[in-house]
Amino acid sequence: MQRFFATILFSIIGLASADAQAGDPPVLTVYTYSSFVSDWGPGPAIKKAFEAECACKLNFVATEDGVVLLSRLRLEGASSPADVVLGLDTNLTAEAAATGLFAPHGMDLGALQLPFAWRDADFVPYDFGYFAFVYDSTKVKNPPRSLADLVGGSTGDKILIEDPRSSTPGLGLLLWIKQVYGDQAPTVWRKLKPRILTVSKSWDEAYGLFLKGEASLVLSYTTSPAYHIIEEKKTQYAAADFPEGQYLQVEVAGVTAHAPHPELAHKFLAFMVTSKFQNVIPTTNWMFPVAPVTGGLPSAFPSLPKKSLMIAPEDVAAHRKAWVDEWLAAMSE
Amino acid sequence: MARGDERIAPSFVLRVWLNDMPGVAVASFLLLLLGGALAALIAAAPPDIANIFADLYLRHVLLFTTLQAALSALISVALALPVARALARRGRFPGRTLLLRLFGLPMVMPAIVAVFAIVALYGESGWLHWLLAKMGLSTGGFLYGLSGILIAHVFFNMPFAARAFLAALEAVPGESWRLASQLGMASGPVFRLIEWPALRGTVASVAGLVFMLCFASFAITLTLGGGPAWASLEAAIYQALRYDFDLGRAAVLALVQLAVSGALLLALHRLLLPAPVSLGLGRAMARPDVAGRGGAIVDGVLIALAGLYVGLPMLSVAIAGSSAAMVPVLGAAATWKAVGIGLGVAAAATMLAIGGALLLIAGGQRLACPGAFQFIGSLPLAASPLALGAGLFVLLTRLGGSLEMGLGLVALINGLMGMPYVMRVVAPAAREAAERHDRLCASLDIRGWNRWRLIDGPLLRRPVGLAMALVAALSLGDLGAIALFGTPETATLPLLIYQQLAAYRLDAAAATSLLLVVLTFGCFILIERLVGGPAHD
Repeated sequence: MQRFFATILFSIIGLASADAQAGDPPVLTVYTYSSFVSDWGPGPAIKKAFEAECACKLNFVATEDGVVLLSRLRLEGASSPADVVLGLDTNLTAEAAATGLFAPHGMDLGALQLPFAWRDADFVPYDFGYFAFVYDSTKVKNPPRSLADLVGGSTGDKILIEDPRSSTPGLGLLLWIKQVYGDQAPTVWRKLKPRILTVSKSWDEAYGLFLKGEASLVLSYTTSPAYHIIEEKKTQYAAADFPEGQYLQVEVAGVTAHAPHPELAHKFLAFMVTSKFQNVIPTTNWMFPVAPVTGGLPSAFPSLPKKSLMIAPEDVAAHRKAWVDEWLAAMSE
Repeated sequence: MARGDERIAPSFVLRVWLNDMPGVAVASFLLLLLGGALAALIAAAPPDIANIFADLYLRHVLLFTTLQAALSALISVALALPVARALARRGRFPGRTLLLRLFGLPMVMPAIVAVFAIVALYGESGWLHWLLAKMGLSTGGFLYGLSGILIAHVFFNMPFAARAFLAALEAVPGESWRLASQLGMASGPVFRLIEWPALRGTVASVAGLVFMLCFASFAITLTLGGGPAWASLEAAIYQALRYDFDLGRAAVLALVQLAVSGALLLALHRLLLPAPVSLGLGRAMARPDVAGRGGAIVDGVLIALAGLYVGLPMLSVAIAGSSAAMVPVLGAAATWKAVGIGLGVAAAATMLAIGGALLLIAGGQRLACPGAFQFIGSLPLAASPLALGAGLFVLLTRLGGSLEMGLGLVALINGLMGMPYVMRVVAPAAREAAERHDRLCASLDIRGWNRWRLIDGPLLRRPVGLAMALVAALSLGDLGAIALFGTPETATLPLLIYQQLAAYRLDAAAATSLLLVVLTFGCFILIERLVGGPAHD
C-alpha cells in the first residue's frame, strides 16, 4: 500500500524535475550565502578565475545565510545537486560532519595561516574574521565601550542583529554572549531585546538596513570599516572594540558525500587556498585570508583583536539546539 | 437520485465501483494524503507532545498568533461597521460604484504585494513617513512588529467586511424604512432597532472568518514581524523548517495550527455565509436619518478616509512600479523565468483543484451522498499551506522522496488549498443542475460525456470559470508553499518580491509587484471570460 501511494504521489509531483542536458561542459554546483555571490562580493571574480582553469562551468546557488545552507542540505539530503557547500563556519562544522553528508577533503592544510592549528578532516577554511558591532561615528556619539556597556547601555541606540537560526553572524553573537555570560545569557538577551530593531535572517539584510539608517549599530565584523575606507573613502565607520574579546569565525567549505562531480569539487577546494582565490577575499568578502595574499593586506585592514573568543565546535554541536531554544524563549517574551 | 427502487443485482458493487471510481478515487486519495500528512506530523513530533505548552517559545507563538488575529478581526469589524453604515446612508454619490469595486480588489491581491505597498507608504522611505516627519512626528521603526501586521491585515479585511455589512444593510426590507420614517426615528434608534438586528449575524461570521484568515497569515507576519517575538504559527513553521531544519518543532507547530484552524472551522461552520455577491449599486432607500448636514459630513469623512486607506497602497504600487525601475526588471531573465514558473504551477494547481472537485461532486451525486464528498473536498480548509507543506514534506521524506520535486509539491499544495473554494462555488450549481435534469437525462438515456456536453457543461460553465480564475489567482500570488519548497532557481514572482524586499531593493520590488498584480488580475479576468463565457452584465 505504501509503495502504491508513494508511486502516485511521486508521479504527480515528479512532473517538475528537469534533467541536465548532455554534451555541455560539466557544471560544478556550489551552495553559498547570498552576500558571497552579490555583484560586489567575491563570487563573480572567483567564478571567472576557476572557470579559466577547470574546463567546467561554476554555478553558485545562494541561500540567505550560512546556517540556512546546512538546513537546506539536510532538507535535500543525499539527492542534493550541490557539489560544494561554501560558507559554513566553525560553529557548524561538527554538526555538519555528523550528518554524514560531507566527504573528507584529504588535503594537507598545515601551511594555512589561521589563529589556531587546523585539524578538521571534512572542511577546508577559506577566510576568518571577528564579530563586532559597527556604527557610524558621526551619528553615534557615545559608542559602547564593552559588551557589558552594550547590554546595559541607554535605550536610545537601536541595534540590528541576525537570527542565529539562519545566519552565522547571528549564531556567532549567541555564542559570544553565551561564552561571556554563561547561564546569565537569557537575562542578557532580555535586557538587549527592547533595543533590537529587528532580527534579520541574513547578514546582508541587516547591513542593508544599517546603511539605510534604520538603526545605529549592526552586528558585523571588525573588518567592515575597511570596506567603507577603501570602496567609499569614508572613514566615519568604526567597529566597537570590546575588552571581553571579539568572537572568532572561521568560514569553511566542504565537498558533499554525494557530489555529482567529486573530482571537480576537490579541485575547487584546492583552488580555494591558492592565491588566486585568497587575493580576492580581503577586498570583496572583507575577511582575513587564510594564506598570504599578493602585496599584503590593505593598510585599512585592522590588526587582529587583542583577545578573541571561541567555543569548541563539538560543544556548540552538543548545545546549539538548547541554546537557540533558550534564545527563542528569551526573545519572544 | 432514486436508487432505492433499483434491483440490487450481484454485480451492483462492481458496477458502482466502475461508474464511481473516479470520484471515490479522488476522495480516497485526498483522505490518504491529508491523513498521511497528519500521521507523518504526529510521528515526527517529539514524544512528549503532552507537555508542549511548557515550551515558552511555542506558548508565546500561539499567544501572539491569537492576539494579532483577534485584534485584526476586532479592528477590521470596528472600522468596517461605520464605513458600511455611511455607505448605506449615502446611496448615491459620484464614485460610489468605483469605491465598492476598489473594496473588492484586496481579495485577489497577493499578500506580498500588499506588504510592499505598505512598506512603500508607511516605511522609513515612504512618503507618509516623510509627511509625518515634516509635521514633526517621528514614526521610527513602527512598521516592524504588531503595528505593521495590523495595518496590513486591516487593509485586507476591512474592505471585505464593509462590503459584507453593506450587503446586509441593503437587504433590510423597505417596509422597515417606511415605518422608521413614519416614526421619525433618529440615527441612534435606527441603528439599535433596525440596522444592528440585520447586521448581527453577518458581524459574527465576518469576525470569525477574518480571525481565521489572520490566524493563518504568513507573508505579512514573516515580512513585517521582525523577530521571533512577532512570528505567527505559519511563519514559525517556515522558520523551523528552513532556518533550523527542526522537524520536531515544525511538526508540533503544524499540529497546533491544524488543531486550531480545524476547531475554528467547526465552530464557524454554521456561521459561514456565501461571500456577498451584491455590490450594493446605489439602491436608494428612504432612510429617515440622512437629512442632517452634520451626519452628511461625518459620513463623507468616513467614506473618504476608508477610500484613502484602501486606495493609497494600491496607488503606491501603481506609481512606484511604473517608474524607471521597471526597465531592468522587465529586462531580467529571472523575472520571466519566475513568470513562467508561476504560470506553470498555477495551471497545474488549477487543473488539480477543478478536476478533483468536479470528480468529487460527480461522485457525490452518483452515490447519493453529496454531503460526504463536499466535506472531504472542504477538508483542506482546515489546513494551511505551511502546515500542509510541513506534513507533506515529512511524509515525502519518510517515503524516500526528495526536494527535487519542490515545484510539484507547490502545485499540489496550491491545488489542494484551492479545492474547497471550487467546491463552494461549483457544488450548488451542480446540485441545482442535477435536481432539474436527472430525470430527463435518465429517460432520454443521456449519460457521461454527452450529458456534460449537452446539459451540465453549459450550465456549470460560469461557476467553473469563476472557480478556476480564483484558484489561478491564489496560486499566482501564493508565497507560503513556494517559500517552503522554492529555491533561487525555482522562484516565482512572490518569492522574488520577498527577496527584493528583504534586500531592501524597493525599486525592484515595486516593479515586480506591479507586474505580479497585472499578471494576477489579467489571468483572473482571462480565465473567467474564456472558461465562463462573456460577461452577461
